[in-house]
Amino acid sequence: MDMYQFLSIDLPPLLTAIFCSLSCALVGNFLLLRKMSLVGDSISHSVLPGIVIAFLLSGTRSSIPIFIGALIFAGISVLLVEVVKKLGKVESGAAMGVVFSLMFASGVFLIEQASARVVDLDADCVLHGQLETIFWFPPKVFSFLSLLNLPYEVFASLLVFCLISILVFIFYKELTLLSFDKELADALGFKPAILNTGFLIIVAASIVISFKAVGTILVIAMLICPPATARLLTDKLKTQIFLSLFFAVLTAIFGYFIAVFLPSFFNLSAVNIAGSISVSSGIFLTLAIFFAPQYGIIGKIKKTKKFAHKVIAEDILGFLFRVSEVSEESTDKLLTKKQLLVPFKGVKIVEKSLANLLKIGDVLKVKNSDGFEFYSLSETGQLRAKNLVRTHRLWEQYLVDEVGVKEDHVHDTAMDLEHFTDEILEDGLAKSVGAKKQDPHGRDIPEKD
Amino acid sequence: MFDNYFYFLKKLISVLTFNAGYNAKVVVLGATVLGLTAGVVGTFLVLRKRALVSDALAHSTLPGVAVAFLLLSYFGFDAKNTFFLLSGAAVSALFGSFCVSFISSKTRLAEDAAIGAVLSVFFGFGVVLLSIIQGLNIGSEGGIHNFIYGHTASLRAIDVKMIFLLGLFSIIAAALFIKEFSLVCFDPDFAKTDGWPVSLIDYYLMALVVLVTVLGLQTVGLLLVISLLIIPATIGRFWSNSLSKMTVVSALAGALSCYIGASVSSILPNYPAGAVIVLTSGFFFIFSLLFSPVKGVFASMFRRVSLGFRILLDHTLRDFYEEWEFSKTSTAIADFSLSKNKLKISFFQKFSLYFFRYVKKEKDKIYLTEKGVLKAQEAVRNHRIWEEYIAKFGSVDISHVDFSADLAEHVLSPQIVKELEGAIESSTKEIKESLHTLEKN
Repeated sequence: MDMYQFLSIDLPPLLTAIFCSLSCALVGNFLLLRKMSLVGDSISHSVLPGIVIAFLLSGTRSSIPIFIGALIFAGISVLLVEVVKKLGKVESGAAMGVVFSLMFASGVFLIEQASARVVDLDADCVLHGQLETIFWFPPKVFSFLSLLNLPYEVFASLLVFCLISILVFIFYKELTLLSFDKELADALGFKPAILNTGFLIIVAASIVISFKAVGTILVIAMLICPPATARLLTDKLKTQIFLSLFFAVLTAIFGYFIAVFLPSFFNLSAVNIAGSISVSSGIFLTLAIFFAPQYGIIGKIKKTKKFAHKVIAEDILGFLFRVSEVSEESTDKLLTKKQLLVPFKGVKIVEKSLANLLKIGDVLKVKNSDGFEFYSLSETGQLRAKNLVRTHRLWEQYLVDEVGVKEDHVHDTAMDLEHFTDEILEDGLAKSVGAKKQDPHGRDIPEKD
Repeated sequence: MFDNYFYFLKKLISVLTFNAGYNAKVVVLGATVLGLTAGVVGTFLVLRKRALVSDALAHSTLPGVAVAFLLLSYFGFDAKNTFFLLSGAAVSALFGSFCVSFISSKTRLAEDAAIGAVLSVFFGFGVVLLSIIQGLNIGSEGGIHNFIYGHTASLRAIDVKMIFLLGLFSIIAAALFIKEFSLVCFDPDFAKTDGWPVSLIDYYLMALVVLVTVLGLQTVGLLLVISLLIIPATIGRFWSNSLSKMTVVSALAGALSCYIGASVSSILPNYPAGAVIVLTSGFFFIFSLLFSPVKGVFASMFRRVSLGFRILLDHTLRDFYEEWEFSKTSTAIADFSLSKNKLKISFFQKFSLYFFRYVKKEKDKIYLTEKGVLKAQEAVRNHRIWEEYIAKFGSVDISHVDFSADLAEHVLSPQIVKELEGAIESSTKEIKESLHTLEKN
């Protein structure tokens, strides 16, 4: 691939896609937080008649009239949704559905009317954008000044991104407040209605500028996916915004790569760029859904599993300790596997938990002369089990004394609580239980080491 | 000029009466059944507040259609096998619906984000596949485009038969579960605590929505099929509060929109059926929004105005009565009169007082009629009963009861009045003296 070809065919659409993606992701963060993602959906469908009308009136494909027409219809759609919600007492999802499908239908209708008069307007570009049509004749000798000759789409999308960034930067505090606590914003005198209108205008602007590049439906992917990906990775809004911008750029580049470069390696024709950008944003989102460290599904499953193992292991230790407590002879403290597993009937992971305990040495396996295997607590296991049983009995005593639970009802609760109790809580329990040395059932509470 | 219109009308009537040839008949019939089905299923979808999930479903049919098309042409079958293409659409729509509920239940992302992400990513994948198909130059790829914007002309008799059968099937399937649906729509929390398998019922509903969506692809296209599900259902809500009536209205609105829309578009070549159908239903929507006697804008406006009007009349009559009380004359109220300019009310009020024959005029003096006396007594009595009640039980100071009684007295039904009488131990018909001093007007 030679440089000239890259500069003329690939660079302009790539830059446009990146800037559009950045604008959308930036405002998308706030849409996501406010659970208004579908407002983006609604606006992006509703601008269609605006674009067609602007096109028919101005007779050109020039961006400015089309931008204005689309923006006006974005405003109209937001207004109409409010009107339908208020006047008809219709739930907001249905109201949006009614309004945007009607507006989209009028757009389709108008396009058909226009194309009947042989006007150069294609319904399909609405679907998959026109990134492919943006190209540039770069100079033979590269200079930074020559970058000014890049197609206007690049500059328009850059300009919109800069404007939106500045606005978000200035009104960051207000937007955050609006996203997290609208009532507080109202009470503090921030005029949420005006803020909200301003916010919707920048949402509309970012949709409209991206519309031509990626089409009406795929712009929704740009709005939602990068912020959603970022949201799965962090709890901090600022981090989320920067991450989403990072993913926006990554998505655009990756999407462009799989649409254009990847097929050319195999001598295939390029696939639709806008579609592949939205697919790649979906890929990143899917990866985050599964592999995000804290909020990913696999991470969550692992965490749950680890915790389940911890609980079962602790219960095994507790069981062995209780058995050794009541055993008079030292051989009684030894349990066969069958005996050990009696209280864990139906618990699938118990074998693995037991194996873990053997591995870390909390439980010992001994063979007697007849070749039978027995299990008992090791020294470390004894210590761990003792603390556990101590916590358990402290809880039982506490529940009886302070909460007023009946003696014969505290065991199960204590069984659950003992796994969540750290040392500070244990000391607190010991303090409130006081000088009592026994639990409600008359068993000794082990001393703390 | 008029000839054109006459020609158009004549043709429209012939299409509407199924007399315009086999093709038009097939198309209009298929669309009508589709509208009917979508109206029924859509009612539950909208009541379940899942309207926009159907948008995600509709958009996620595209990759399914494209994959089915690729499979068909790869194995050398007829790539226009509608049934197979639609099956592909159904599979990927079901997968899309699964993804929406998976993301919104298993991650921290809310349902709106899940809908948006699924909708655009699936559609994007579909667009990529479409461009691959175009690159392969198989030829008949136009068939897929018909699913995006809808293309009624591509409907064949066998497709209509399929719409007919599956539509009927989904109507029956919905009707069988109407009790479960209504439970889940109106009180999902109760349904859950009562042991109903709410998520199973939801999946069942979604499966029906997928079926309707897929049936609608050829007629209105995947971009607009959600309006068949949402708009008639919303229309139904304007006309009734009962679920069964709502469903019937919605089904009729859907059927009628499709019937008219498909007919018009079959005559006028550059009137795309999908858009025309949606716009027709939009017309019915706006009509219902404005003129429905149950929840329409004008009906509720009329109710508000007439209530305001009644309040004004009540107040005027009460003023009249209190003037009489204040004057402490021994004459009966029917013989008490006010001079014409003493009654400080607007022309409008005066007009309605005469119109309802609450007052009569004799020699520049205004008297209450028999009807007026009754009405005035009722107004005064309601006011004072309420005043006494809130003074006694609402711990409101007597100096404040007048204002709040003004607000409530007009909406007291005879039944409430009776209960109030019981509470303050007042006998029927008795009008007590005002609790607070009356000011002379």
